[in-house]
Amino acid sequence: MSLSMPPPAQDILSRRAEIAAALRAIVPGEGVITDDARLAPYESDGLTAYRQHPLMVVLPETTQQVSRILAWCHAHGVKVVPRGSGTSLSGGALPLADAVLLGLGKFNRILDIDYDDRLVVAQPGVTNLAITRAVEGRGFYYAPDPSSQIACSIGGNFAENSGGVHCLKYGLTTNNVLGCEIVLMDGEIVRVGGRHLDPAGLDLLGVLVGSEGLLGVVTEVTVRILPQPETARALLIGFPDAESAGQCVADTIAAGIIPAGMEMMDRPAIHAAEAFVQAGYPLDVEALLIVELDGPMAECDHLIAEVEAIARRNKASSVRMSRDEAERAAFWAGRKAAFPAVGRLAPDYYCMDGTIPRRRLPEVLEELERLSKHYGLAVANVFHAGDGNLHPLILYDANKPGELDRAEAFGSDILRLCVQVGGVLTGEHGVGVEKRDLMPEMFTETDLAHQQRLKCAFDPDLLLNPGKVFPRLHRCAELGRMHVHGGALPFPDLPRF
Amino acid sequence: MSEPGVPTCEQDVADAVADALRDGVKLAIGGGGSKAAIGSPVAVRALSMTGLRGVVDYDPAELVLTVRPGTPLAEVQALVAGSGQMLAFEPFDHGPIFGRDVGAATIGGVVAAGVSGSQRVSAGAARDHLLGFRAVSGRGEMFVAGARVVKNVTGFDLPKLAAGSWGRLFAMTELTLKVLPAPREARTLRLAGLPDEVAIRAMSRAMGSQADVAAAAHLPAGADSTTILRVQGFGPSVSARCAMLEALLADFGPLMTLPADEADAMWESLRTLAPLGSERPVWRVNVAPGRACQAIAPLDGEAACLFDWAGGLIWIASDAGADRIRAAASSAGGHAMLIRAGADMRAQVPAFHPQPDGIARVEERVRRAFDPAGLFETGRF
Repeated sequence: MSLSMPPPAQDILSRRAEIAAALRAIVPGEGVITDDARLAPYESDGLTAYRQHPLMVVLPETTQQVSRILAWCHAHGVKVVPRGSGTSLSGGALPLADAVLLGLGKFNRILDIDYDDRLVVAQPGVTNLAITRAVEGRGFYYAPDPSSQIACSIGGNFAENSGGVHCLKYGLTTNNVLGCEIVLMDGEIVRVGGRHLDPAGLDLLGVLVGSEGLLGVVTEVTVRILPQPETARALLIGFPDAESAGQCVADTIAAGIIPAGMEMMDRPAIHAAEAFVQAGYPLDVEALLIVELDGPMAECDHLIAEVEAIARRNKASSVRMSRDEAERAAFWAGRKAAFPAVGRLAPDYYCMDGTIPRRRLPEVLEELERLSKHYGLAVANVFHAGDGNLHPLILYDANKPGELDRAEAFGSDILRLCVQVGGVLTGEHGVGVEKRDLMPEMFTETDLAHQQRLKCAFDPDLLLNPGKVFPRLHRCAELGRMHVHGGALPFPDLPRF
Repeated sequence: MSEPGVPTCEQDVADAVADALRDGVKLAIGGGGSKAAIGSPVAVRALSMTGLRGVVDYDPAELVLTVRPGTPLAEVQALVAGSGQMLAFEPFDHGPIFGRDVGAATIGGVVAAGVSGSQRVSAGAARDHLLGFRAVSGRGEMFVAGARVVKNVTGFDLPKLAAGSWGRLFAMTELTLKVLPAPREARTLRLAGLPDEVAIRAMSRAMGSQADVAAAAHLPAGADSTTILRVQGFGPSVSARCAMLEALLADFGPLMTLPADEADAMWESLRTLAPLGSERPVWRVNVAPGRACQAIAPLDGEAACLFDWAGGLIWIASDAGADRIRAAASSAGGHAMLIRAGADMRAQVPAFHPQPDGIARVEERVRRAFDPAGLFETGRF
């Protein structure tokens, strides 16, 4: 693997027994794992190309235990990597040889449901889907729906600011969180936000969400729930070229319609999905669009007809409307199975996650095809078309010498391309270790320093999840320096203002 | 430069910050001045952003607008309306609360204060619509954060921190905002004569329904109280949802559709706060709607109130004093910000609700991260 992580501190490795004993004093019984065989399941997350056994795993059950663990580690200079369900696709929970892996899996209870104020208070280990399951009987649901929602935890969603196919209309995690309890690296427990809208001071909640476990360990989350829409309808539309599909998306939005979901697949993805689940996708098209409308029956009927007309104006070669729930589910089955379906085409695949301005899609797809030839690796594309979030899937075989490296190089080129056309490195999977070294493509050293100082405000010793997000973690003292006096800043001598 | 002393580009802002650092003076970042009478009165050097104005890029199909901070809010709203779009958080212009005309507020000021209007309850706040920015920090350095696309999780989400920072972290020199299609049609429905508690229950039931209510407010006036719900979108959908609400809220009394001009006047009064009068200090209390009544009960009869955000935002005019108002808000799990008061009171009472120690310490460290010299700590807050 080409990734370099901070070199393990030998003194920490040699103090392993002492650290384990100290943590066992905090979390008694089976809560501290040091046995090599039992550490194996924790060696990687959803980004399986990278693996590392942690120093040990600790599985606390209470906020007080989390606080004492962090306080002890802080006092003794031991690094900590937090982990939810371990489904991160960017290596956010990748262990370090010299760090304690702090698993939140035992925080698995829903603490409160308030239907009047439409919120749920949950512990971080509760799965995303479990929140919806808990409230669906009363007609509510939790909107962000990452593909891994059966397994991924709400704490992990919080840390990664997870999205899903419905986030154009309903937002990412950050738009659906009201408050949290978080433990800082020094063990201090703070509550941020609450059950109300908008904080009393700075929006710390806003930066904690999506901070990829670098600022604190979340031990409780308060999320908003929404009433389930009365109905949902989907359109399955085939196009002779990606450009027409893209124009259909643009025209739909220009018509004032924000669909609940708007997903595009290219020819390789369509064929792989159809072969896998027989969803009834047309195979003679270059691009397939699934457009889902939700809301009151009257709204769906009205808008689906409008979208259909827009599609026909944009050279749609086939249009099908879901007549019932079963058919709507069938439309989605292929898209939802796209990753495993593509996975059948090659021993391994590497999922990318850039966002581009939608209008640049045709040229980006063209360039992807060129890169695919250049690297000798096939690529299939699925695309959250409404918000420009592109997921190219690079096919490779890790057992063939050099293919993983080629896949990674191809992936890096794709993300550079996303930035070049005005987009970003990651739309929903996070930076983690995966895109860490590409951050300078998007941010200057000064930009990154301003972000990292925020890290320093929460964790000045850089003990929490180091090696993630930032290509180089500067010591906080070094970042804090400001040469105001003595003329070290290149300021003009005369004031202009 | 069009006007001496007023920066007209990012480099000017950086120079002004550098000058202030060298001179060892504080800088008060300002825009249109619509919120100048909030916070402790201070006399420090001004950094006016009004010279940085104009649209940098607007691409309706991408739902993205990049604009300079000093652009008047009214100009931005007119621009996006021209493409059938809106700033969905319904930017809140404080001008009218202070007896000034609508339109003085700048987009930079509105976003930096993180203030959103009635639609915030359904569409999110300013913070949810700020995608990215360029800024000059208290170190005199220019930096960018976020991006110009609607979906992005690359790096820390500094735009969230920028919205609601009230100029205490950095001076934004360019903002990228998410825009959304404006509704084709809007209808306001009214329930009459509900006591506060009952009105909150009615609004909660409406918000929790499939009627997709865009805004909900309650204007108490004894037996003449008014509870209003706004339903908007495409025509057929609006009609269906209004019918849905009529059935749903039947036990609260008849639901009347207000004529457009009356509806506009009602929503307008939640921006001007005219029903609260101009005599007493005005507070803005954020609370979970279910506890709104608890937040005002201790003020028993000594307060005039307006409830927005289905009860989640209470505007209070009262002489009850900061301690009692804040204690009441705290006991309901919320917080109270002092918005309008005489200079004497503002000099004594901090505008922001005091934070618990732990949070206050983190906030202090976050402010120092962007502004190590405390350049933007003018004493206003």
